[in-house]
Amino acid sequence: MKELILIIVGAALVNNIILSQFQGLCPFLGVSKKTDTAAGMGVAVIFVITLASFVTSLIYKFVLVPLNITYLQTIAFILVIAALVQFVEMFLKKSMPSLYQALGVFLPLITTNCAVLGAALTNVQKKYGILFSIFNGLGTAIGFTLAIVLLASIRESIEDNDIPVNFKGSPIVLITSGLMAIAFMGFAGLI
Amino acid sequence: MNKCMERLYNGIIKENPTFVLMLGMCPTLATTTTAVNGVGMGLTTTAVLIFSNLIISALRKIIPDRVRIPAYIVIVASLVTIVQLLLKAFLPSLDKSLGIFIPLIVVNCIILGRAEAYAAKNGPLESAFDGIGMGLGFTLGLTCIAVFRELLGAGTVFGLTIIPEAYKISIFGLAPGAFFVLAGLTALQNKFKMPSATNGAEGSVLACGGNCSRCTGSACMANHATLETRRLQAEEDALAAKKAAVAQKQAELSAKLDKKES
Repeated sequence: MKELILIIVGAALVNNIILSQFQGLCPFLGVSKKTDTAAGMGVAVIFVITLASFVTSLIYKFVLVPLNITYLQTIAFILVIAALVQFVEMFLKKSMPSLYQALGVFLPLITTNCAVLGAALTNVQKKYGILFSIFNGLGTAIGFTLAIVLLASIRESIEDNDIPVNFKGSPIVLITSGLMAIAFMGFAGLI
Repeated sequence: MNKCMERLYNGIIKENPTFVLMLGMCPTLATTTTAVNGVGMGLTTTAVLIFSNLIISALRKIIPDRVRIPAYIVIVASLVTIVQLLLKAFLPSLDKSLGIFIPLIVVNCIILGRAEAYAAKNGPLESAFDGIGMGLGFTLGLTCIAVFRELLGAGTVFGLTIIPEAYKISIFGLAPGAFFVLAGLTALQNKFKMPSATNGAEGSVLACGGNCSRCTGSACMANHATLETRRLQAEEDALAAKKAAVAQKQAELSAKLDKKES
């Protein structure tokens, strides 16, 4: 139990997927204009990364390893993730229309989010079992959500500030993310 | 041949993927800690890009339109796997320092972007040159950023010491430094009004200026939201106009009826 908590904290805060691993930057910079859209994206990412970590670790353990074709992991994982996202989209549309309304627009964007593939590959790299993979995926996704919601709320509150003309738009967002990355470096001593 | 040179110029200067299109930000920020890593990542991506463009262009008439994206992904993923195995065999140190970002080339938007925007519509030779141009442009961008970061962060360039130990600013070698360097770069582009995806067309609400060929994908969400609100607004306006017309007609009719009755 203690190990699982450590994995979640480690993935969410210490090795934050965006601010220290640099994966999933596109949605981080692109969908962080408003807090509610950022939160929607975050929830969709939590859903997909946790599920993808589970399915990819199953496939790795029961298909790739027995057949001795672990070198095909990149191809297998990206196809699984693409199919999974499609499937989740169809499933939500059919059975949970209200959730689909909230998350639907974010789902297609997630296939090309490198955080999902990155989390699946990290699980293999660190030789996590299935349970550990799920928790690592969950922690990674929580870290993503935390970072994107924080950035969105900062962006909302500096919207009317007096920013030097040349730094308006993306430069100030990048500087904000840099300062957040410094703050997250403080978690390094946590574990 | 002229066309091929034009593709090279287009990729390296006119539509440089790092400086102008702002594509593939994850490897740009993550692998530019040292100049050697930057060059290595750039050239690895170039190799994948050339062959993916070549193969996709050669197969463009065979791949059915509806399954083209999964087909592209499979082609790119196979190429990335080949490149990864080659790096492991011949350049193990580079493989180690780039780590997870080699398999992540699969989801690099430059590759799928070029496949969709160029290779799917043009012949194999031009597409290969497009890949070379874009790849070299990406390598150039990564190398510039990496040299800058290595110089400030570790005081060296390609391992040669230039700034003495005491004067280095190690934050530039770490994660936050990547954001600061890129912020400085985009601020300079804004200042000199250079063509860049970040300083889109003036006066347009859309981040990309409504120009899909320049879309970076990251701004798409906001753009779709804007378009959606515009569409809803237009629908509402149309509905209001219709209602007004109906009301007017009704008023006319009732006026006529009144007249008849009187």
